[in-house]
Amino acid sequence: MSSVTAEKGNGQVSVKKKSQLADVWKRLCRNKTALLGLVIVILLVLIGILSPIIFDYETQVIKTDYSSTLQPPSAAHPFGTDELGRDILIRTLYATSTSLSIGVVTVVVALAVGLVLGSAAGYFGGKVDMIIMRIMDIFLAIPGTLLAICIVASLGNSITNLVIAQAVSAIPKFARVVRGAVMTVRDSEYVEAARAIGAKDTTIIFHDVLPNSLAPIIVQTTLEVATVILSIAGLSFIGLGIPAPRPEWGAMLSASRSYIRDYSYMCMFPGLAIMITILSLNLLGDGLRDALDPRLR
Amino acid sequence: MIKFIIKRLVALIPVLLGVTLLVFFILDLAPGDPAKTILGEQARPEDIAALREEMGLNDPFIVRYGRYMFDLVQGDLGTSYKTRDPVGEEVWARLPNTITLALTSTVVAIVLALPLGIIAAIKQNTLFDGISMFISLLGISMPVFWMGLLLILFFSVKLGWFPVAGADQGIRSLVLPSVALGFMHMAAIARTTRSSMLETIRQDYIRTVRAKGLPERDIITDHALRNALIPTTTVIGLQIGQMLGGSVLTESVFAWPGIGRYMIQSIQGRDIPSVMGCIIVFAIGFALINLLVDLIYGFIDPRIKAQYK
Amino acid sequence: MSEDVKKDLTAEIKDLVIEFRTDYGVVQALNGLELEIERGKTLGLVGETGAGKTTTGLSLLRLIPNPPGVIVSGSIKLDGKDILSMSEKEMQDIRGKTVAMIFQDPMTSLDPVMTVEQQIAEVIKLHEEGGQAEALKRAREMLELVGIPGSRGGEYPHQFSGGMKQRVVIAMALACNPELLIADEPTTALDVTIQAQVLEMMKGLREKYNTSMLMITHDLGIVAEICDKVSVIYAGRVIEHGTLEDIFKNTRHPYTEGLFNSLPNLEDRQAELKPIKGLMPDPSNLPKGCAFCPRCDYAMEICKTQKPDRTYRNDTHYVECHLYNKDNIQEGKVKSR
Repeated sequence: MSSVTAEKGNGQVSVKKKSQLADVWKRLCRNKTALLGLVIVILLVLIGILSPIIFDYETQVIKTDYSSTLQPPSAAHPFGTDELGRDILIRTLYATSTSLSIGVVTVVVALAVGLVLGSAAGYFGGKVDMIIMRIMDIFLAIPGTLLAICIVASLGNSITNLVIAQAVSAIPKFARVVRGAVMTVRDSEYVEAARAIGAKDTTIIFHDVLPNSLAPIIVQTTLEVATVILSIAGLSFIGLGIPAPRPEWGAMLSASRSYIRDYSYMCMFPGLAIMITILSLNLLGDGLRDALDPRLR
Repeated sequence: MIKFIIKRLVALIPVLLGVTLLVFFILDLAPGDPAKTILGEQARPEDIAALREEMGLNDPFIVRYGRYMFDLVQGDLGTSYKTRDPVGEEVWARLPNTITLALTSTVVAIVLALPLGIIAAIKQNTLFDGISMFISLLGISMPVFWMGLLLILFFSVKLGWFPVAGADQGIRSLVLPSVALGFMHMAAIARTTRSSMLETIRQDYIRTVRAKGLPERDIITDHALRNALIPTTTVIGLQIGQMLGGSVLTESVFAWPGIGRYMIQSIQGRDIPSVMGCIIVFAIGFALINLLVDLIYGFIDPRIKAQYK
Repeated sequence: MSEDVKKDLTAEIKDLVIEFRTDYGVVQALNGLELEIERGKTLGLVGETGAGKTTTGLSLLRLIPNPPGVIVSGSIKLDGKDILSMSEKEMQDIRGKTVAMIFQDPMTSLDPVMTVEQQIAEVIKLHEEGGQAEALKRAREMLELVGIPGSRGGEYPHQFSGGMKQRVVIAMALACNPELLIADEPTTALDVTIQAQVLEMMKGLREKYNTSMLMITHDLGIVAEICDKVSVIYAGRVIEHGTLEDIFKNTRHPYTEGLFNSLPNLEDRQAELKPIKGLMPDPSNLPKGCAFCPRCDYAMEICKTQKPDRTYRNDTHYVECHLYNKDNIQEGKVKSR
C-alpha cells in the first residue's frame, strides 16, 4: 500500500520538479549577478582541480628558495614571492583547491548530519524535536567561530580536525533550516494523504517531505560553503588552520603581516582570492534564493 | 516584563550548563599532560604525579567537571597553567577592552547600515541602490582580518593617521579595529534592512496608509521602518554573536588587548583553563545579547510583547 | 444621450487603460474602462477575480503601484476635477479625505505595530483641524460608531478578530466623512454571519452620511442588497451596465447571464448550476475580438475578430456584445432567470 502512495507522490513530484527546475534555471539566467557568481564559482572549481595537476607540490608550491625571497611582482612572479621565496601566484592558485575541497567536504558532512537531525525533529515533533533542538541550541549558544577555535585548539590543527570543527559548528544551522522546511511541508495535504494511506515515516520523509523542502536547504548549502571557507581562512590566520607549509589564503595573509610596511603586495592577492571566492558564492546563493522562491523578489 | 526577564534568565541556566559541559568535554580531549605543561619537560615523574594528584587530574571526568562548575558559580574560572594566576582576573582585566570594541563596532555597523539599507530600498533599482548593495556584498565577502590589514596598510603605514596596533592611544587606537569589525556587520545589516524594507513596503497595510493620504516620508518612518526593524533586529542580534567571533580575529590583527587575543595566546601556550574561561565568558555574553535582542523585539512588536506576560 | 441633464457625478472614469509592465510581459489590467458614480448612490462593480476590479478602485486614489503599473490613457475625474493631472501633494489631500477605501483582507490591512486608535487618529490628524488629543477622541468615537467599545482603541490589530478588524478599517475609512467610499470586497474574507453584520452597518453609515460608494464584489447577492447601479466588468472593460432592474431582470450579456447561472436558485433547487466554462483569458495576451468570445456559448465568427460596440437598451442600460444592435436590443437573446 505504501508503495502505491510513494509511486504516486513520486510521479507528481518528478513532473513538477522537471518544470520547476527549468523555471529555476530560467530565472537564474535572467539574474545577471547570479550568473556572474556561477561563472566565477565554475572558474574557481576548475582552478581548484587543475592547479594540483599543473603545479608540482614539492618543487613549485612549498619549496623554499632563499635566492628569491620577497620579490615584488614581476614577469617571472606576477604576484611576487613570499618571505621564503615561494611564488605567491602559484600558492594562491593552489590554495583554491585546499579551501574549496575542505569547504565542500565540510558542508557535505554537516548537511548529511543536519538533514537527519533536522528532518527527524521537524517530522516527528514532540519529544524528539525538543531533545534534538535543545542540544542544537547548546551548540548555537557558542558563536560558530569560537566553537571551531575551541575544537581545533583541543584536537590540534590537522585537516581532519578542521573539517570536524567546522562541521560541528555548521550542523545546528542545517538542522534548523531543514527542520523549519520540513515542518512547513509536514502539514501539507499531500503528506497528510500519504499518511492516511499508511505510508511509512521514512518513505514520507524521503519521498514527499524532503524533495519539497529543497529550496532553503540548497541556498543554505551554498552560503555555508562560503562561511566555512571564510572561517578556515580565519583559523589559519591565527595559526589554528591548515598546517604549514600547505598554502592557505588566511595563513598567507598571516605571514604577510610582518612585511606589511615594505612588502605590502604580499597581503593583496590572497585577500583578493578569499574575497572573490566568498563574493561569487554569495552571489550564487542569493541568486538561487531568488530563483527558487520568486516570491521573495 | 521583569517576570519575563527572570524567566529567560532561568531558562539560560540549562543552556549555559550545556555549554560549559560541551566546552569542558572538548577541551578535555586535548592531548598532553597539564602537569607536564606546568612543570616543564624536564620535571621528575614523581613531581608530575604529585601535581596531577594535587590538581585532581586523576579524578573521573564528571568529578572534575563538577568541581569546575562548583568554582564557576562562585566566580572562579580556575587557574592559568602558565602564569598560575586566576583566569578570572586575567579575563576581567581584558573584558572592558573587548566590550568597548564590540560596542563601537556595533554602533559603526548600525549607524551606517540602517540609512544605507533604507535608502537603497526606497530607491530600489537606482544607481544608489546598486552601489550600496555592491559595497555591502564586498563587506560580507571580505574577511575581517584582511579588511584590518588593508586599513593598517593605508591609514597607519601609508598615511600615519592611526596607530598600527595596540590600545594605548585612546580613541585613535579604537578607530581602525571598530571600522574593520563594524564594516562586515554593517554589510549584513544593510542587506537585511533593505530586503525587509522592500518586503514591508509591499504589505497591504502600507497600501492602507497610502490610501489615508499620508506623505511618503511619513509612511516610511512611521509605518514601514517600524515593521521592517523586526527582522533587522534579529539579524543585528545574530551579527553581534558573529562579531564576538570576529573580534577574536580583529583583536589579533590589531594586537588589541582584549579577551580574544588573550584566548589565542592561551591556545598557543596550551593553557586550557584560560581558553575555557574565555569561551565561557563569550558564551555568557552571547546569551545576554540574545536576551537583550528579545527584549528590544517587545518594544518594536506588540505581538511579541504580548507573550512576555 | 448627450442632451441628457448633467448628472451630479462624484466620480467619472473615461476610457481608462492601465498596463502592468513586468519582466514577464505587459498585462492589460484595464482596457478602456468607463465608470460613473452618482452622488449619494452606490455602484456595484461585479466580475471575476482578475477582471481589474481592485485596479479600478486603486486608480480612483491614483494608487496604482508604479512600477509596474502605468496609466496609459484615459481620464479619472473626482467632482469634475481630473486627478491624473494633480500633483502628489493634491492627491494626498484627496486620499482619506475625499475618497477612502476599504480593502479586501482586514487581516493584513492594519499596521500590526500601531494601536488601532492611533491608526484611525492618523487619518483624522492629516485632514482635520485639531491636535493629537482631539484626533484620538474622534478615533474612539468612530470605533463606537462601528460597534467597538472605544476603550479597546489602545489595543493592537492582533488582539481583534477578523470581523472586528474590518470594522476598524471601515471606521478608518469613514473617519473624515469621505464623499466617495470604495469598498473592495469588504466582506469576502469574513464569516457569513459577520458578513451580514458588516454589510448592514455599511448600509446604515452610507445613508447617515449620504456617501457615494463603489462596491467592488463578485457576490451578486451583495449587489442586489446594497447597490443602485451595476457595472459588470470583464477583462478590464465594462461589458454591461445598468440599474439593478436592468441587470437583474433584463440581462443582456452572455457573461452576466453566466454569473447568474453560477448562483444556486433557491426556488428551483433541482435546477443545475451552470458555471461559466473556462477561465479569464490571460491578461497579457487578450483575444483580438471580444475578450469573452472563447468562453461564450453564443460566440459567432465576428466575435473572434472584432470588438463589439456599445448598444443602449434604454437611458441607463447598455451592453457590449455582437448579439445586439439597436433593432434587437429590446428582446433579450440570453435566457434570463
